[in-house]
Parts: sequence; C-alpha cells; structure tokens
Amino acid sequence: MSSTLPVSNTQFEMPGTIQRPEKNKTVVKPPPKNPRTWGWLPDKLFGIAAKAAAILTLAMLMGILISLVVGALPAIEKFGFGFLTNSTWDPVKEDFGGLVMIYGTLATSFIALLIAVPVSFGIALFLTELSPSWLKRPLGTAIELLAAVPSIVYGMWGLLVFGPILATYVQQPLQTLLKDVPVLGGLVTGPPVGIGILSAGIILAIMIIPFIASVMRDVFEVTPPMLKESAYALGSTTWEVMSKVVLPYTKAGVVGGIMLGLGRALGETMAVTFIIGNTNQLNSLSVFEAANSITSALANEFAEAGAGLHQASLFYLGLVLFFITFVVLTFSKLLLTQLKKNEGSKS
Amino acid sequence: MIAKTNPVALNTVEVKHKNLQASALARASKFKQRKRINQLALTLSLLAMCFGLFWLIWILWETIRLGVGGLAIATFTEMTPPPNESGGIANAIYGSFLMVLLATFVGTPVGIMAGIYLAEYETKSWLANITRFVNDILLSAPSIVIGLFVYAVIVTRFKSFSGWAGVIALAMIAIPVVIRTTENMLQLVPAGLREAAYALGSPKWKVITKITLRAARAGVITGLLLAVARISGETAPLLFTALNNQFWTSNLGEPMASLPVTIFKFAMSPYENWQKLAWAGVFLITAAVLGLNILARVLTRSKN
Repeated sequence: MSSTLPVSNTQFEMPGTIQRPEKNKTVVKPPPKNPRTWGWLPDKLFGIAAKAAAILTLAMLMGILISLVVGALPAIEKFGFGFLTNSTWDPVKEDFGGLVMIYGTLATSFIALLIAVPVSFGIALFLTELSPSWLKRPLGTAIELLAAVPSIVYGMWGLLVFGPILATYVQQPLQTLLKDVPVLGGLVTGPPVGIGILSAGIILAIMIIPFIASVMRDVFEVTPPMLKESAYALGSTTWEVMSKVVLPYTKAGVVGGIMLGLGRALGETMAVTFIIGNTNQLNSLSVFEAANSITSALANEFAEAGAGLHQASLFYLGLVLFFITFVVLTFSKLLLTQLKKNEGSKS
Repeated sequence: MIAKTNPVALNTVEVKHKNLQASALARASKFKQRKRINQLALTLSLLAMCFGLFWLIWILWETIRLGVGGLAIATFTEMTPPPNESGGIANAIYGSFLMVLLATFVGTPVGIMAGIYLAEYETKSWLANITRFVNDILLSAPSIVIGLFVYAVIVTRFKSFSGWAGVIALAMIAIPVVIRTTENMLQLVPAGLREAAYALGSPKWKVITKITLRAARAGVITGLLLAVARISGETAPLLFTALNNQFWTSNLGEPMASLPVTIFKFAMSPYENWQKLAWAGVFLITAAVLGLNILARVLTRSKN
C-alpha cells in the first residue's frame, strides 16, 4: 500500500509541470483544428476572405496607378516631361501642357495653407487649453462638421454667396489701396468679380481647417501632462507652455497634420471647379484672375474629351495630381507614425 | 493659468543695492510683457475658434434660407426640367439613393472583412502594415482620380457611361472609411472576450462574427453611417462614370442622374429655375449628410 502512493503522486504532478505555459502571452491562439470533421472549413474560408479583402485594397491602389499610367501613355510618349513646363492647352491643335493647371492647383493650395495653418493652430489651442470641458465636445464636433459638409455645397455657396461679397468688400478696396504699390499691386490686378485663385484658396482653407485642427488637437493631447505641469510650475504662461513645450514635443505630428490638409486641398475638386473660373491663362500672377486647376480641368473637360491625345493629356494631369498627393500624404503618414513611436521613449 | 509668478514677492525681498532693485523692476516689467503676449495669443486663439464657427453657421444659414425657398412638392415628384420650365429633381434623388445604397452593399462587406483582417488576423505582418498604410492614403486620395480609374476600367470596356460604374466608384470611396473604423472598433474589444470564446471551443470565425463583431457593433455601424454620408455628397467620381440623365431610370446599365451632379449642372447655369432647384438639392444633401454625421456621433457616444 505505502509503496504505490508516491508513484501515483508523481503521475498526477507530471502533466502539470510539463505543459505549463512559458509566460502570460497576450496573443490569443485558436484551439487546434479537428481533422476528423469539416468544422475547419468555414474557419479557413473566413480567413481567406478577410485576407482577400485586405489584398483588394492594395490592388485598388495599384489599379489606380496602372490605369492612370496606361491612360496617359500616348501623352507621355508625345510630350515627355516637357508637359510639366508647357503652358499651352489647345485641343484644336492637339498641343497640351499642364503648367497652367499645376500652377493653379499649387497656388490655391498654398493660399489655403497660409490661412488654414494659423487658424487651425488657434482652434487646437483653444480646444486643448482654453475651452471649459463642457464646451470641448460640442465645439470639436462643430469644427468636424465643417469637414462633413459636401464639397459641392461649398462650391455653390462660394460661387453664389461668398464670391460677390468677397468682390465688393475685400477685392475692390484692396485694389484701390494697392493700386500704386509696385509688387503687391501686380498681385491684385484683374476684374474683382469674386472668382479666381484667391477665392478658391479661401474656400479650400475653410475646407481643410477641420482636418488640420483635429490632428493638431489630437497630438497636443498626447503631450505628457508631466511636461506641461513642470513648465507651469516654473512660472510659464499658457502661451509659453504651448510654444516652448507642447509645440516642440509634437512638431512631427503638427507637420503631419498640415501635410494631411495639403493633400486634401490638392485633390479637392468640386469647390474649386465652381469658383476658380476655369480659364487657361497664366499671363498675370494676380490672385484675382480666373485660372484653372488640375481637378477642375478634369471635371470640366474629361467627359467631353474625345479618345485620343486630349483624353491622354487629362489622364497625364490626373497622374501628376495623384503623384503629388501620394507623396504629400505619405510624408504626412510617416511623420504621424514617427510621433507615435516617440511617445513611448520620451514620456 | 495654473501658475503665476508673483512680482510683489520679488520686491519684498530686502533689497540693499540699487542695481538689484533695478533688475527686479526689469523682471516685473518683463513679466507684464509675457502676460500681455499670453493674453494676445489666447485672444487670437478665441478669434480662430470664432472664425471656424462663423463659416459653418454662415454656410448652414444660407443653405437653409435659399434651400427651403426652393422646396416644393414638385421637387420630389417631377423630373429635372429643361431651362425656364417648372420641374423637380425626383430622378436625381432616386438615382443618388439607388447608387449610394448599392455602393454601400458592395463596399461594406469588403471593408468589414479587410478591417477584420487588420484587427484579428496578422495584425503585425507586412501585409497588414502595407494595407493600413495604403488605406490611409486612399482615405485622403483625390476622389476625381478614382473617377478616372473607373472610367478607364469600366466605362471604356463597356463603351458607355453607366449607373454601375458610378456604384463602383462610390464603393471604392466607401471601403477605406469602413476599413478604418472597423479596425479601430475591433481593437477596442477586450482580449478577454475572445479568450473566453476560444476556451469554450469556438472556431475563430465564430469568435469574430458572434463575439467581437457583436461587441463592436455600434462602432462598425458608425463607420457605415460615415461612409454613407461621405459618398452621398461625392460629385467628382460620378462626373464621368454615371454621368447624368434627364429622365427617370432604374436601369443601372444606362447613364444615371444623381443629386450632386445635377446640382453641379444647375448651379453653373444662368437659368433661375435651375439655380432654385440646385439650392433645394443642396439643402437636401446637407441635411442628409450632417444628419448622418450627427447620428454616427451620438451612436458612439452612448456606447462609450
């Protein structure tokens, strides 16, 4: 009797000591498949479907890129990179160059950033530091709703409501004021009708403010409170904490947010098409002149363009636009992920 | 706001030398200047907030003022009219509704499945990382370029503008929105729920469909609503895929009218009745899109 007890004891303990897991793993492992039944089949199919959906997303991007290149091929062969510096756009003689549209796209986006960046910074500062907490949510939502308003609404409102008001109360006084100033005077020539690069830039600014502001607010909020409190304890004012502690800490994220806004501004179609004037000219650099952008040229001409060099040139423009936005958005994404990585090491 | 140095405290220190006193005074004036700069910055930030709200209120006000004036029973029952004749935008509303509905049906399963892959399967693999990256790019990519893609792939293949092409273009815009929200919401589901389900012996697909997806239901629906809101206002990808149609059609093989494209055409025209209808359309679209957005927000808030 007494000899059997120790033996059975070891038998009971053995499985427990051998199969103990090495560490508390967070990874959740599914139970092993049962090969005798067909129960593993739906599991397998579901996994394949999920993976296929993810691959489809990749394929979408590749498809867009390939279709643009293929569509643009005749124009690329004919004009090469000279397309980017040629400012004629003549469907009758079949001589195409994208300089006017590329300039229009860049100029409107630049004006938009000029207005949107300081305003977004102010809004983010207000939401993180100044606003009483019960107001934070409604005000944040209101700003985000600006991004939800469809771009066609901005376009129609800009053309029929905002344009005329801008012409009477801003453009005409500016023109009389700056008439004799050498450089600035040249920027404000042309008919003050509320249509053109300046108006398009202002509308774009309103449209991208919510994107930039919400990224800025989010990155400001990841600043460790310890850093801010230390600065306050040393006697800094709110502004000093913001400009000397929070802003340097979140630099990458802030630039990322600005890039995101720029990407949006470059690709915005309807609002710009309504208000830029759709005129292929680059004679004067005045911001009051009607001009054209890549997106508005596509929106206006593509459906009517016959297959051939005209359509290929429009595809070429689309390719240029996609390339620029791709680079800008990639840059933005890299900066924002960099901030996330630094988060752990610095705090 | 929290901490303020007290200039008086500096002065109460027993001061023997005059230059020391002078430096204290200088510090006090420097402090005043710092305070002024602070106040200026905070005032500017308040103004920036007002600037943002000002545009929102102005746009909404004009949309309501001019939009409600254009609304009538005929707006919902009659077809788009020729210039200077009375009519409505019934065919455009129907076309938009149909295309958005179908695009949601096409885009949702793909988006949710890809979101599941990113959150539940190989979360850290290279494929997942690239997909996440590409998805973020697609989320902000110019929508008109997606129109170009669909034109090149579908419209030229079938040699006709069609409702189907519009549906596909809209679905391609909806997918990234759904992927993003699905992934984020699934990641919020605690791992304990999954472990419990596995412990009871359920296979992975059942764990996902019956447990995690259900737990994240409100969030996933929010993503759907946001996607619907996004595509109902999109114009650019429809311009050369679905084109436009003056008449009522349910045939997706034909060009199809949609609300945004009709607004674009009517708003750019000099005819007064067209512009009036365009304002009515703008009012309807804005109300629908903002309504969906607010609903989505309310849904996630009650969940949190």
